[in-house]
Amino acid sequence: MKILGKPRRRVDGRAKVTGQTRFADDIVLPRMLHMKLLRSPHPHAHIKEINTEKARSHPGVHLVLTGKDFPVTFGILPVTQDEYPLAPEIVRYVGDPVAAVVAKDEQTATEALDLIAVSYQILPTISSPQEALDNPEPRIHAYSELGNIHRLQAFEFGDVESSLEKSDFVFEDLFFYEGNTHLPIEQHAAVAAMDGEGKLTLWSSTQVPHYVHRSLARVLQIPASHIRVVATPNGGGFGGKCDVCNHEMAVAKATMLLGRPVKICLNREEVFYLHRGRHPVLMKYRTGVTKDGKLTGMHLQTLVDGGGYGSYGVASTFYTGALQTVTYELPRYKFDAARVFTNKPPCGPKRGHGTPQPRFGQEIQLDKIAEKLGIDPAELRLKNMLKPNSITANWLKVSTIGLAECIRQVVERSNFKSRYKKLPNGKGLGLACGAYLCGAGLPIYWNKMPQSAVQLLLDRSGQVTAFCGAIEIGQGSDDVLAAIIAEVLGIDPFEIRCVTGDTGMTPVDLGSYSSRVTVMMGNAAIDASQKVKTMIANAAAEHLEVSPDRLQFENGRVFFENKSLAFAEAVGLAEEKFGTIGAVGSYKPPRGPGRYKGAGVGPSPAYSYTACVVEAEVDEKTGWITVPKIWIAHDIGRTINPVLARGQVEGSVYMGLSEALMEEQVFRRLPPKLSGALVHKIPSMLEYKSLTSLDMPEIDTMLVEDPDPNCPFGAKEVGQGPLLPVMPAVANAIYDAVGVRIDELPITPDKVLSALKKKKNGEEARVGPTHFPPVPYPDPVIVPPPWEGGDGNAAKGFDKPRISPEKRKASSSKI
Amino acid sequence: MQPNLLVRLTVNGEPAEAYFAPYKTLLEVLREDLALTGTKHGCELGECGACAVLVDGEPQLSCLLLAVECEGRAVETVEGLARGAALHPLQSAFADLGAAQCGYCTPGILMTAKALLEHEKNPTRDRIKEAISGNLCRCTGYLQIFEAIEEAARRLRDENPR
Repeated sequence: MKILGKPRRRVDGRAKVTGQTRFADDIVLPRMLHMKLLRSPHPHAHIKEINTEKARSHPGVHLVLTGKDFPVTFGILPVTQDEYPLAPEIVRYVGDPVAAVVAKDEQTATEALDLIAVSYQILPTISSPQEALDNPEPRIHAYSELGNIHRLQAFEFGDVESSLEKSDFVFEDLFFYEGNTHLPIEQHAAVAAMDGEGKLTLWSSTQVPHYVHRSLARVLQIPASHIRVVATPNGGGFGGKCDVCNHEMAVAKATMLLGRPVKICLNREEVFYLHRGRHPVLMKYRTGVTKDGKLTGMHLQTLVDGGGYGSYGVASTFYTGALQTVTYELPRYKFDAARVFTNKPPCGPKRGHGTPQPRFGQEIQLDKIAEKLGIDPAELRLKNMLKPNSITANWLKVSTIGLAECIRQVVERSNFKSRYKKLPNGKGLGLACGAYLCGAGLPIYWNKMPQSAVQLLLDRSGQVTAFCGAIEIGQGSDDVLAAIIAEVLGIDPFEIRCVTGDTGMTPVDLGSYSSRVTVMMGNAAIDASQKVKTMIANAAAEHLEVSPDRLQFENGRVFFENKSLAFAEAVGLAEEKFGTIGAVGSYKPPRGPGRYKGAGVGPSPAYSYTACVVEAEVDEKTGWITVPKIWIAHDIGRTINPVLARGQVEGSVYMGLSEALMEEQVFRRLPPKLSGALVHKIPSMLEYKSLTSLDMPEIDTMLVEDPDPNCPFGAKEVGQGPLLPVMPAVANAIYDAVGVRIDELPITPDKVLSALKKKKNGEEARVGPTHFPPVPYPDPVIVPPPWEGGDGNAAKGFDKPRISPEKRKASSSKI
Repeated sequence: MQPNLLVRLTVNGEPAEAYFAPYKTLLEVLREDLALTGTKHGCELGECGACAVLVDGEPQLSCLLLAVECEGRAVETVEGLARGAALHPLQSAFADLGAAQCGYCTPGILMTAKALLEHEKNPTRDRIKEAISGNLCRCTGYLQIFEAIEEAARRLRDENPR
């Protein structure tokens, strides 16, 4: 490897440190107008009337839009097209947009918002999953599956109950993971304009320009070929810019009506309302284990608080149960899930999408198992670790697993064996592991086309331009693209110009989500690069009179022994021989072995693994938690640029620790005399606590290289996986420090104090959920695991989840 | 509506004048009236530090400062940090060492760090942490930022050994 694995300045590094990176709100166009959205102050209400007359006649106002202007719904998932750009009849959370004003400047637009009179009829609000279960009516959405339960899922891979019965121990534990939000420093912004041909261009801070493109065509009812979506570099995404957004539709519509560029930039409060962040999840784990520590089976139930719309929720809910099997061998597994609608900002994907919540529970429960059985927590994990090249109980195909080496390294570097359980009171170590996808195996809408593609254009100057739909969200996708092409062609990454994230200029890449970019774009880049390399080699070989397969491409030269050409000369010869040199490469992940309905969530070309040890100190007087050091080892397959890879790991540790200790998107009810409505407790950065530079621990990052054959040069993801083990490792470290279990996030000082008080009083030294409400889970889809004669299909007659008529009746009659 | 105001100030060492509505913040005038979009906004409430610039050499949150207060003062933004075409040592260290991921908080942190290094040639890690504690970064976990500031301090000391 000439380029990969060596620390380098990222190809877009200079622009980022000179202020030249052009984010969406930095775009200024001649004659540009500004849009602001009027958002609902009520969490649930019927819109009786909207009077926009005064706003329309306000000086400087050009246009006012309401729900009437948007008859068509949208949604990121084909099954939940449940949002309108502007709500026409019902608002479902505080912040749901109801009108848009376009004016000569932001100030005028903001003033005009106050002149719009909306008459609302207040509806009862649902604030929590419990309330959603208790109140099937009124329904937040008519399409929900049962009352206010948006979606029910149930799968059984082998008879878990009989496994649990035969187990030496069954551990039953409840956990709760509070919701939290992405908090990218850049607020969402979009600029729309009509080009000279009368076609629409939208520049937007989005992680998914392809899906925005499709949605705009649907909502605006114009041909997709007349729309160009340019994803500007995102000022942080973390999943918060993965959804298709109201403001993108509204600003595009306004431009089409006015024939002038229009910009919208959300303010920080609005970003909290847009949300699409981590779902709050209540979990119940029942796990069987033999007395020597082998897991026998697991039954996981999750109850997921979805907020007011579908967003990615159906997928997020599947993800609360999909990946339990890829880390440890589970001979049998059962998973029930329910997502409910509540009158809060919609939840969606945040770094780790649906998997950090159950990972938190799973890894704490393993800690409890290890303690009860007297087995070292690292040994327990190694004993149960999935074997490489396995198919899991739920039919996920797993290739390489570098977890054993990850565990070995963090245990050694932290001196875990000699310090765990031996540190003085108030200090402790906690260990946890995690696993994540390297890209979702299936696209969001069903199709058999490539999920990523790279187009290369070369010319006689030696210039290489790479076109790809992938989106730079800070993770370094442009750098990965340039590095992989440079490695194949033997040139410097800075010689490559990246044109990315533009549906009008670049081939489709589905987006920067599910940690898919390195693997999918990378494989497509290798495909395209190999094709041009073959042409160049053929032409150069003729000139140098050697066989093309003997030619090497390195350091900007094409050579064999002492016969050599500069790369540009070789491209010139190829241009002579073949005409203009270019190629396309594309990638589609292999199909997973699961054939049952529901098998679409979880498959991935590869899985990354992480092990983490956290050292924590707890002040028993105040409950204050200090984390001085974290050791983390990530199974990265192969490192493309160690500077960026380390940044992804440390950024994940930061975000995970911040979620563990303080981040929470929470709500409160106003007093009854003030309507009793449900409002956001803290829609500001000051009150939404996150770690600052002063709170960061020392981090010892280890990258474990075990190249995966499905990945480009073996490289796996690194952007999300390293977050997963951090939260449970913190909880486990606190237990080691002061002997209390905090089974819910965030772990705040008051919870620690409360648990310490219980401990002192001889009660169970634990803070966490104590009750899992009865949820009308359906009878499961039954899928025999591979070792029980399964073929990946559901058993005949058990291929759909079934809600018995009694359950259906019982849960719709409670009012 | 109050009439626009004319304000004269120095921006990145050059005289500048702007004619703007009196309610505008320095951040808005820099971005909207002087076309210096390198300075970012993340909250416009003084919470995130993305908009930090130097006013008479001291870090200030430009979203909390009315532009009219800047009459006659010297403002420095990220656009003025490089020395011609050559990057300032802070910029090159940030680019080389992974201190800028998405790059959105970067201009504010660069300017804050510049003020720190002008006061202290060899700040400790704790001093660096303290100096940038008002600048939120969601990408990096801060460690590579600390290292880049330390590296820049080294490069600056090498330039001016005393």
